[in-house]
Amino acid sequence: MRRHPTVLALVSGLFLAACGQGGPTLPPSAVTSAPPASFAPVTVRLVTHDSFALSDATVADLRRRTGITLQVLAAGDAGELVNKAVLTAGRPEGDVLFGVDTTLVSRAVQAGVFAAYRPRALDTIDPALRRLAGSDAVVPVDYGDVCVNADDRWFAGRGLAAPGSLEDLADPRYRDLLVVENPATSSPGLAFLMATVARYGDAWPDYWRRLRANGVLVVNGWTEAYTGEFSAGGQGGRRPLVVSYASSPPAEIVYAADPKPAKPSTSVLTDGCFRQVEFAGVLAGTRHEQAARAVVDWLLSAPVQADVPLSMFVFPVRTGTPLPEVFQRFAARPARPLSLDPATITAHREQWVEEWTRVVLR
Amino acid sequence: MDQGGAALTVTALVGTPTPPDRSATGPVAAGPALRAWPFGLVPAAFLLVFFGWPVATLLGHGAGRRSLQVLSQPEIWRVVGFTVGQALLSTLLTLLVGLPGAYVLHRYAFPGRRLLLAVATVPFVLPTVVVGLAFRALLPAAWVGTLGAILLAHVFFNYAVVVRVVGGLWAHLDPRFEQAARSLGASPWQAFRTVTWPLLRPAVAAAAALVFLFTFTSFGVVLVLGGPGTVTLEVEIYRRTAQLLDLSGAAGLAVLQLAGLAAVLGVSARLQARLAVVQPLRVSDGGTLRRPDRFAERALLAGVLVSVAGLLLAPMTALVLRSVRVRGAFGLDWWRALGTVDAGTTRFASPLASLRVSLGYAVVATFIAVAVGGLAACAVAYARRGGRTLDAALMLPLGTSAVTVGFGLLLAFGRPPLDLRGTWIVVPLAHALVAVPLVLRTVLPVARSVDPRLRQVASTLGATPLRAWASVDLPVLARAFGVGAGFAFAVSLGEFGATAFLARSDAPTLPVQVVRLLGRPGEQSYGAAMALATLLMAVTAVAMLVTERLRAGRPGEL
Repeated sequence: MRRHPTVLALVSGLFLAACGQGGPTLPPSAVTSAPPASFAPVTVRLVTHDSFALSDATVADLRRRTGITLQVLAAGDAGELVNKAVLTAGRPEGDVLFGVDTTLVSRAVQAGVFAAYRPRALDTIDPALRRLAGSDAVVPVDYGDVCVNADDRWFAGRGLAAPGSLEDLADPRYRDLLVVENPATSSPGLAFLMATVARYGDAWPDYWRRLRANGVLVVNGWTEAYTGEFSAGGQGGRRPLVVSYASSPPAEIVYAADPKPAKPSTSVLTDGCFRQVEFAGVLAGTRHEQAARAVVDWLLSAPVQADVPLSMFVFPVRTGTPLPEVFQRFAARPARPLSLDPATITAHREQWVEEWTRVVLR
Repeated sequence: MDQGGAALTVTALVGTPTPPDRSATGPVAAGPALRAWPFGLVPAAFLLVFFGWPVATLLGHGAGRRSLQVLSQPEIWRVVGFTVGQALLSTLLTLLVGLPGAYVLHRYAFPGRRLLLAVATVPFVLPTVVVGLAFRALLPAAWVGTLGAILLAHVFFNYAVVVRVVGGLWAHLDPRFEQAARSLGASPWQAFRTVTWPLLRPAVAAAAALVFLFTFTSFGVVLVLGGPGTVTLEVEIYRRTAQLLDLSGAAGLAVLQLAGLAAVLGVSARLQARLAVVQPLRVSDGGTLRRPDRFAERALLAGVLVSVAGLLLAPMTALVLRSVRVRGAFGLDWWRALGTVDAGTTRFASPLASLRVSLGYAVVATFIAVAVGGLAACAVAYARRGGRTLDAALMLPLGTSAVTVGFGLLLAFGRPPLDLRGTWIVVPLAHALVAVPLVLRTVLPVARSVDPRLRQVASTLGATPLRAWASVDLPVLARAFGVGAGFAFAVSLGEFGATAFLARSDAPTLPVQVVRLLGRPGEQSYGAAMALATLLMAVTAVAMLVTERLRAGRPGEL
């Protein structure tokens, strides 16, 4: 009846699998500073947003192996997290920060929030993801793609094929079907706007004019869009297309009522996905720099990396990390996700949002 | 601030009518040697340290050329126009719907009256996103995202403000005035217009001011139910502070909002003073309650019950039903899921842990709020000068964005020797800022009502001023403290904005956990959120019923 034993079994299975694997090792010259293997008992405060989660087992493992007790200070969304860190740069709320994403990372780095640290395990990470940091001060920990999700049952019921590209979304066949989040107030909304900027370049406002003419609905947040307006959100929504995540279908299964359905009722449009990487870094001004570095190492370690999919519904950055079955089967892996250079994002974010507001809302 | 906190304030205003002896004794401050300032010291310090300093720090941090620049943008004045317009409309609509309710719920005797009064208060503590989703599901699609949906939700949240503030006075109006008018040949309408309305106006003005205040600073409702085109100042301040990190622009807007707020408080205080009528009030409402016998009275009762059922009970019932509705059948799956959702992860928070954390914060916040608010009430009541300033200053936190206070606390208390960041105490402190004005409004009328001659007698018998106060005033005030404590407790239970913002390592409070669950896909997430919201409503209803009982017992003692 309860679902948790299965998920836990799954997680611990992965955990064992991942532990046995071990990443490729690189010459020690690549490492700025190798932290000592263990510490006198010390508490490291991890400052993060309130979607953060890892399994208790990995946290206990950190303590057993290094003597570090992890205290998680979670509050607000990613935007609030970064702004708080910027305001308190140099006298941080904690020792390590996790959860700054591609769209905000350069603001934090420029403000001097982080003390540079280059962990040994960095070399196990896809260089494309590392480049999206735009700096050595932070390391990628996980990534996810913001994509349009479709209600399969709705489309099957109408005998209409789900859209296959961003272009289709502006096609009159899909009129009045799409709900998006306001980029001024929502992080997936902002990511989707950036996907269109990455795809269409300077002509992106024209694309949005066409979406507007095609009846796009804008709401302020993800919950209003997915739970309120999306027809597969379960609460009487009427629109079969919504901007959400590539991992939303597996989440639909994991957070379904028992008995779990065999497959999700939603699928992902893999064209026009925007890649968001979440970074972690040692906070400048910490009194426990060595222990903080050890926590960053731990975030990149195989057990934690194997843990992130089912804990936070994101993908691990460490190459070769096995994915849970529900991810392998139902999470979309866009072949060519869109991305933008962090410095470009910082320079234009506000201007894009203002322009978008003029084009779509006025 | 979240609608939640705000609306409660009112209740208090109402429940404590000026007793009859006040007009006879004249100005209150006649008690010899009872000075106001010792009472005012703690509240003034509290306000300065935990509100004035943090907000000033943030504004100082942000103030710059852009602060003025932002005010010159036509865009911003459109936002200001919308903010003021929707607040005026919301206030008008709430009065229209609430006044008949105030009359019926306080003058007619019928079974379930007290329960209904308590239930009408529950919306205050509900996270706006929960209510927003319920409204989204209940309203026709064309309504969502429009001004209409926002107004309706504002009536939902503020109905009890009008009912309690106005009804509280109505319950104690001497019915013989109206009876006299009627026996002289006035129609019921004439009697109301010429006799009752003038007596009622101060309370209506107070209620209108509060509803305006709460809807002027509306945030969650506007985000969840409004569309992207409906932006209030509060939303814009949040966006600039929390998302854009445009502290300079945010500072300009925050100053504008504070100035507007101060103006409203000033006008309302003046209006209430001008409309104030010294009148002998019935001390107990038992004498004014009667059974609705005539057809017109029963029709009015029925009309009010229907509007309460449609407007208040329907959305709340929808939430409760959703917590037990599993794939088209009734079941307790979501309630059971509360114990297992996220089990084994750092995000796991059992409903009991969340309840415990919520109750813990509420207890501490209540203590602070009653101590500070109670002392402030005495200071304002006994002061010859400056009382109104302290009163108005203590109202300001109600109208200040939670994110302004949150960032301010972060900056002001972020360095030794007073680094409060990450400590649990900041949460109840933030809650107390919202709850103090409420306690103040509850206790103030009582503090003013104590006959200073009793104190004089005690003094002539040799009591020190403190001793005289403790044996004369305190026993009377104690009951009002109890009522204020109830509201402070409820405000703390429901507070979301500041709580979600302040980082801590303990379990999330009930409202924060509800909103977290709603932030991800899956029917179980939604169901569990509804179950937790139902738990929150139940806890609140109980707290309000207890408060009602305290209030019911009070007047006889005065």
